[in-house]
Formats: sequence, structure tokens, C-alpha cells
Amino acid sequence: MTASPVIETENLTKVYGRQTAVDHLTLRVGAGEIFGFLGPNGAGKTTTLLMLLGLTEPTEGRVRIMGFDPARDPIQVKSKVGYLQENMGFYADLDARQMLRFVAELNGITGRPAEERIATALEAVGLAEDRRKKIAAFSRGMRQRLGIAELLIKDAKMAFLDEPTLGLDPDATIRIMEMIMGLSRDRGMTIVLSSHQLNQVQKICHRVGIMIKGRMVAQGPMEQLAREKFGVGPEEFTLEEIYMKYFLEA
Amino acid sequence: MAAITAICRKELADHFSSYRFVILFALIAMVSLISAYMVGVQIREAQGQLKPKFIFLMLFTEPGAMFSLVQFVAFFGPLVGLILGFDSINRERSEGTLSKLLAQPIFRDAVINGKFLAGLVLIGVMMGSILMVITGLGLAVIGIVPGAEEIWRVLIYLVVSVVYIAFWLGVAILFSILFRSTATSALAALAVWIFFSFFVTLGVSILAGALAGSPTNDPLAAQRKAEILQAAVLVSPMELYSDATATIIDPMRKSTRSTMITDPLEAISMTRFSGPLPLGQSILIVMPYIISLIAITTICFALSYTVFMRQEIRSL
Repeated sequence: MTASPVIETENLTKVYGRQTAVDHLTLRVGAGEIFGFLGPNGAGKTTTLLMLLGLTEPTEGRVRIMGFDPARDPIQVKSKVGYLQENMGFYADLDARQMLRFVAELNGITGRPAEERIATALEAVGLAEDRRKKIAAFSRGMRQRLGIAELLIKDAKMAFLDEPTLGLDPDATIRIMEMIMGLSRDRGMTIVLSSHQLNQVQKICHRVGIMIKGRMVAQGPMEQLAREKFGVGPEEFTLEEIYMKYFLEA
Repeated sequence: MAAITAICRKELADHFSSYRFVILFALIAMVSLISAYMVGVQIREAQGQLKPKFIFLMLFTEPGAMFSLVQFVAFFGPLVGLILGFDSINRERSEGTLSKLLAQPIFRDAVINGKFLAGLVLIGVMMGSILMVITGLGLAVIGIVPGAEEIWRVLIYLVVSVVYIAFWLGVAILFSILFRSTATSALAALAVWIFFSFFVTLGVSILAGALAGSPTNDPLAAQRKAEILQAAVLVSPMELYSDATATIIDPMRKSTRSTMITDPLEAISMTRFSGPLPLGQSILIVMPYIISLIAITTICFALSYTVFMRQEIRSL
């Protein structure tokens, strides 16, 4: 960890009925970091992200996002954090600009500044030509890019991206991953990213966490995980092999 | 507050560009045309009769060919509320836009408030335009300019009607929060509407008859029956609405419902000697019903709040 942590959780737990979705999770993510959140489906990654945002209340434990408790100060947290969910909810009847204008308005940005931001954001994600197209006609890749434009509109300091490359073709995947890297590099945005594209995660993430059945079984930079499991440097193993090793042991 | 306006504006834009609005617009046109036609029938029938007072208000209360506007709103107003609200929350949930919306820096209640407000505006526009169309056509046909009191009465009637339809909008929004599927919430809301509007009234009169005994040979039984009915009416929003608007829109009535059994000739001779109730007195009589109507709307809204605030955003 290089900088002071902007995301901190302590013994974060969420219980649904009898099922423990997240089990005493302690997580620290530093400012400007790209954190890769790995794990099989149903491991509790989305639940964790929702708790970090304050959309779901934790059963137990403590969360601090830039010093704010999402359960008590949801507005503070949500004005700083952008969230792109797995299934990319968009109002299909709106066009790209209307959607962004709505998001801007919800963030209290209206009038000329809003229009300027919308134009820059659409330009930045390469959707300027499609700004009048209805979202219903957008491809998955375009929708993800529109989601990233939303982050730019609200000028998020932090972004939680839940499976941003799910169902994308290789070309679109690379494009999205590059944009995510750009967010971190150019804007110093802290990014928590959950994904199954392990080779992509390996390329762009500074640190990874592996979550299995609600528990964080490993957390740290790639080299550290490789050394812990295999006793050698990361150049010998891909993230995929490390992940499988953890997965089979759990 | 900014968030509420933003959501309200978006909802209104959605409504105005949807098929729903086309259907509602068709409804407005239909009701207005039928009512205008009824005005014609009414005027022809009223010719040569005794000069009634408040002719202008008769545009809304006289049944004419089929039904009066007041009856129409009592029956089908709820449908408008249900159509506007039955999928307001669960559609967002199923399309995944709810978590996107709530991930923005807004309070959860802003979502319900914004949607309710948009529905309210649409209901207001709809009722207002119906009343204005009838007024305009009626003015052209009967050629009598309404007095200030009549305009006040129509305005109060408009407000009470909007509250009544807003109650059903609230019910529909509540169901859209409770049920994940839009089809289920639509059916549930319809079932509740039919139950409270028709079955309750029917059931209550049967029940009151059984409890009070036969009214034909016992005047006290008739009074008891009327009292039971009056109390039970609070359960049925439709009856509540009819009572709440009764003396407002029809100043010749002295109470919300009559306990007297009269034959038609007797009724005619009674109207000859009856004078209209002043506006203040009219309001006084229906005030309890108006307040009950506002109360059930508020309760419904409060219920939506509490359920929505505790609900998990994610469908598991």
C-alpha cells in the first residue's frame, strides 16, 4: 500500500437469512490504486460493493470511505463514488445525452456546466457521434463506455466497477480496460474492479483480493500472492494459476 | 429537493411519451365528449321544467344518457391512478436502473416522491382538462356564465378528485414496491380496487341489513341501517369519495346520503321547496370525508416509505 487508505473495512459481515454472504471482511485500498476483486460467482463481491456504497446495510462491522460511513452519510459517499453495476441499468428510451443529463441533474449539476461536461465526457469515451442515439440501440461495449462517461460527469473520486467487461468482445474489453487505466492514471481515481478476466486484471491492477464464499482468502500485490503460494516470483506464474490454487484449496 | 425535481421531470417526460398517456388522452376525450353529449340531452329534458338553481353544476352531476362525470370519476378514476403507478418501482428494479438511480447522491425517498409528484401532476392535468372541456362545451350549449360560487365548487371538486385518484396512485406504487413482477403488482392493485370499490359496498349493505333488521316496518331499524352504512363507508374509498364530493358539487343535497324513502313524485315536490346549501355549509358537511380521504392517502404513502426504506435494493 503506497498511500493512506481511502477504503477501509473492518470485520464487515452481511448475513441473508441463514446464508453469510460476506464473512468478516477486512479490506484496505489506498488512494489512486486499482484493486482487482476476484472470486467465483456468488462469492459476495457485489454484496461487498453495495455495502461500500451504502446501498446495503452491513449486518456487522465498519466501513469508512474517505472517512465517511456509508450507512450514516450515504449522500457524502455517493457523491464521491461512481458505481457501475453488473447488468448496466440504463433507461433504454433515453438517448446518451439525456441519460447523462439526468445523472448530472441528480448530482446537482445543471445548465451550461452540465452541457459542457456532457460534451467532454462523450468525447472522452468515444460516444460523441452516438449522442443522439437511444440507449436501446447501444451495444454492450457502448453501454459500458456510457457508464464510464457517467463517472466523468459526476467527477467521481472513486469507482466501483462490477464486472465491467462481462460479455464484451476482446476488442471492447481491451478498450474498456484502457479507459479504466486512464481514469486511474490521469485523474487519480481509486478503482475497485471485480472481474473474471484474470489476464486483464493482471495487467492493470496494482493489488488483488481473492474472495471465496464470503471470505477474503488472499489480498496483496501479485508478487506477494505468488510468493505465498509457490515461493517464487510472479513472472513464473499467471494470475490464473494463482487464483486456481487458492480456489481449489478453499 | 433538486433530486425530486429531476426525477419528477424525467418521469413526466416518460409518461408523456408513453402509450399510457395516449390511453389516458383517449379517456379524456371520451369522457369529455360523452359529458358534452349528456349536457345536450339534459338541457333538452330540463326545458319547460321549473328553473333549477346552479344549472352550471348540473353539467357534472346529472346522469344524462349514461352516467354523470362524478360517477365516472368515482368508478374509473382509480384505474387512472393504478395505470400510472403499478410498475413505478419494480420496473426500475427489473431493468437494473434502480441501483443506478440510488447509487447517485440522492435520498431514497426522493425516488418515491419524484414519481408520486409526477403522477400527481399528470392526474391534475387530466382532471383539469376534463373539467375545462366540459365547462367550455357546456357554456356554449347552455349559455349561462357560472357564478363565483360555482367556480369555487368545481375547484374544490377538482382538488378532492385529484386526492382520490392520488390515493390509488399511492396504492399502485406501494404494490410496485411490494411485488417484484409488474404483472403481479398490476393484478394485485386491480384486485384491491375491485374489492374495495364494489364488494365492500355490496357486502356492507348486506351486513347492515342483517344486523339492523327489516326497515319496512321499523323506522328505527332503517336509521340503524343507515348508521351502520355510514360507518362502514370509511372502508371504501369510492364511497368516501362520493360522500366527500356530494354536497360540494350538488348544493341541493343537504346530507351525503338520505335516510328517507320517498317515491318519485314526493321527491319532485320536495325539490320544489328546497333551497341550495351555502358553500361554507356544504364544505362543513363533507369535511370529515375529505379528511378521511387525505388520511388514507397519507397512510398509503407512509407505508410505501417504510417498506421501501428497509428493502434490499438487490434482488436475491
